[in-house]
Amino acid sequence: MYRHLFSRKNLGIPYVLFLALFVMAPLFVLFYYAFTNGEGEFTVLNLTGFFTDPNTLGTLCYSFGIASVTTAVCLLMAYPVAYVLATSKLRSKSVILMLFVMPMWINFSLRITALKEILTWIEGSLAYHPFLNTVLGMSYDFLPFMILPIYTTISKLDDALLEAARDLGAGNIQAFLKVTLPLSMPGIVSGVSMVFLPAMTNYVVLDMLYNSTYIMGSLIGSYFAAYNWHGGSMIALILLGIVCLFTLFTRGIEEENTRGGMLL
Amino acid sequence: MIKKLRGVFSSGGAALITSGMIGMCVCGMPVNAYASDAVGKEEEQSVTLRISNWEEYIDLGGWDEEDVIDLDSGDIIGERSMIQDFEEWYYENYGIRVKVEYSTFGTNEDLYNMLTLGDTYDLVCPSEYMIMKLMTEDQLVPLSEDFFDTADENNYYINGVSPYIRSVFENNEIQGRPWSDYAAGYMWGITGIVYNPALVEEKDASSWRILNDPAYHRQITIKDNVRDSYFAAVGAIKSELLTSEEFLKSPDYQERLENEMNDTSKETIDRVQEYLQDVKDNAYSFETDSGKADMVTGKVAANYQWSGDAVYTMDQADEDDFPLAFAVPQESTNIYFDGWVMLKNGVGEDTAKQHAAEAFMNFTSRADNVIRNMYYIGYTSVISGGGDMRIFEYADWCYGAEEGEEDVSEYDLGYFFAGNDAEEEKDRYVITAPSDQVYRQLFAQYPSQEAILRSALMVCFDDEQNQAINQMWINVRCYNIHDIPVWVWGAAGAAAALLAVFGGRKLLKAAGR
Repeated sequence: MYRHLFSRKNLGIPYVLFLALFVMAPLFVLFYYAFTNGEGEFTVLNLTGFFTDPNTLGTLCYSFGIASVTTAVCLLMAYPVAYVLATSKLRSKSVILMLFVMPMWINFSLRITALKEILTWIEGSLAYHPFLNTVLGMSYDFLPFMILPIYTTISKLDDALLEAARDLGAGNIQAFLKVTLPLSMPGIVSGVSMVFLPAMTNYVVLDMLYNSTYIMGSLIGSYFAAYNWHGGSMIALILLGIVCLFTLFTRGIEEENTRGGMLL
Repeated sequence: MIKKLRGVFSSGGAALITSGMIGMCVCGMPVNAYASDAVGKEEEQSVTLRISNWEEYIDLGGWDEEDVIDLDSGDIIGERSMIQDFEEWYYENYGIRVKVEYSTFGTNEDLYNMLTLGDTYDLVCPSEYMIMKLMTEDQLVPLSEDFFDTADENNYYINGVSPYIRSVFENNEIQGRPWSDYAAGYMWGITGIVYNPALVEEKDASSWRILNDPAYHRQITIKDNVRDSYFAAVGAIKSELLTSEEFLKSPDYQERLENEMNDTSKETIDRVQEYLQDVKDNAYSFETDSGKADMVTGKVAANYQWSGDAVYTMDQADEDDFPLAFAVPQESTNIYFDGWVMLKNGVGEDTAKQHAAEAFMNFTSRADNVIRNMYYIGYTSVISGGGDMRIFEYADWCYGAEEGEEDVSEYDLGYFFAGNDAEEEKDRYVITAPSDQVYRQLFAQYPSQEAILRSALMVCFDDEQNQAINQMWINVRCYNIHDIPVWVWGAAGAAAALLAVFGGRKLLKAAGR
């Protein structure tokens, strides 16, 4: 009797319920609004409207730009740190890692407020470089999400592979490029997806750092504030589509890499 | 000097503590109900009242000793949340337990969306244009006749509302019915510019054109709100007409002004868009809620504000001995009213609920409660007190000059406190204030009659107008794809090509193996 109740399958029930109630159900509502108009009739005008309006397309590009630059900045900063930390023989490296992760313990808006003050002190006025400030703010915010997965992947690398590479005549740089970098790809991919996607929509950073240009998140908000639930839902849906594409793409890379790893 | 000083942090802490207290009180309720149940069923009547109000728009109590308002007629202090006080007062007066479920909303549009989603509230406090929209959609329950009975001394609203506000609520109609049939005012104010007099000249701040004035390049923040931005932009582009002698002297000035400020012709919307694009390039930024803090810390030189927030901002800055001032643009100013309305899908036909809801409007209109709210949130109540002089006394306590002060001005508030009829009573309502108050807190709290004369209501636009204006707003705020420079396209193309080549080669390699 009890064994039935607590079979492993049943442990999944709360999660499935949660998923159905809070993920699937709202998704249906989203679909409904995205493909109907004010009279409740089916329409694809919301969809075509998005891809013909220079403003919404421009917003998509702008968000994409912010997210790409933020991701690149994070990657360039995080990889060396993660690499050095993971490969060093320092005893205190867990402490150093903690120092990088610690900002995550502090409330996000508090951190951005602090950053705002520092940037104001450096730049004088934040009004002149909204794009730069936004990228800085987001990088500051999302950096730990990039460091952690890369660090974990690199520190799990088998040293024997590097030794083998050296035995076969590879120099340091060559060994890094041919062994470490390809094998740390899964870490990079998960880091990129953890930074890129939130950076597309996190408009709070823009608000707090005085960037008056809309990104996808604020655009959706403005549609809802104007009682246009249909247009807003469609943009949310399009964003969801982009997320799905992105996930498929990164998963492709990941799979390809693990296969590559096995072949090595 | 100004006696009215309150710290942000102390009020925040107080709010936290009191909200905890409310929570405890709500938990304790059923126990009380149970206890009285044992005594007798008759006394055990209880009503639940669901209220939704703006954030930080009512006194939550928990004041310190130093916050006590020591009027000549007695001290006033907010010890507990006004909601709790109301529940007690209602029980004492009517013998019925009322349980208030209080929640807040951020914008009128949020409130409207919540209502559309099926949230039920009994009593809400939107701004006038949202009240007009709800009236048009027949979502409201009219106020009962008893509410207007001046003989009932518990009817603090009708006995205390300012004659000026009363006439506004009676003279503005939607579909043949005046606002006053459905709405009881709560707070009101106008829009204007808070500025730092050390950096900005008063005459510059007295025009909406300051927003795109290159002399203040990247020094002004503007409310991130389409209606407010639209109003300011219309004022700026029609500045010459609105300030012309001929227009000001026209016999139907008030009507013409309101028409001009609510102009939504395609031509005007296009010009507004052009102007706001200019403003976006010239201003520091649009702001959602950093405007007050940035004025106080001196980050910006001027900020487009609602008068209630302007009072709060100047109070805060005064604590750091950093004087700020308030200007009302010469073209026109947007006058706004937030008022209580009862909803059909909440109150409905339930007379017990309606009674409690109307009692709540009356309780918050009692002079001491009005003062507590005004002190706590900085906005100006629509209540002048009627026979009760305490509200005027409070204004004098806040802004009146100390004895022996030399540089003083007379500030006449007759229009608000006495109305137009009682000619001989008018001079009772003159405050002798330090001269700088004429363009500081006193001016923002109780705008002069001259400023009121050039105020205009912003009506509730219909769907078509709203759509056009919102599209204009999106055009202003979004990055247009045609503006992307060629080099960005080039760089993006190169990056994509690189990725394709790299990825393609790897895939080929993998396939080959």
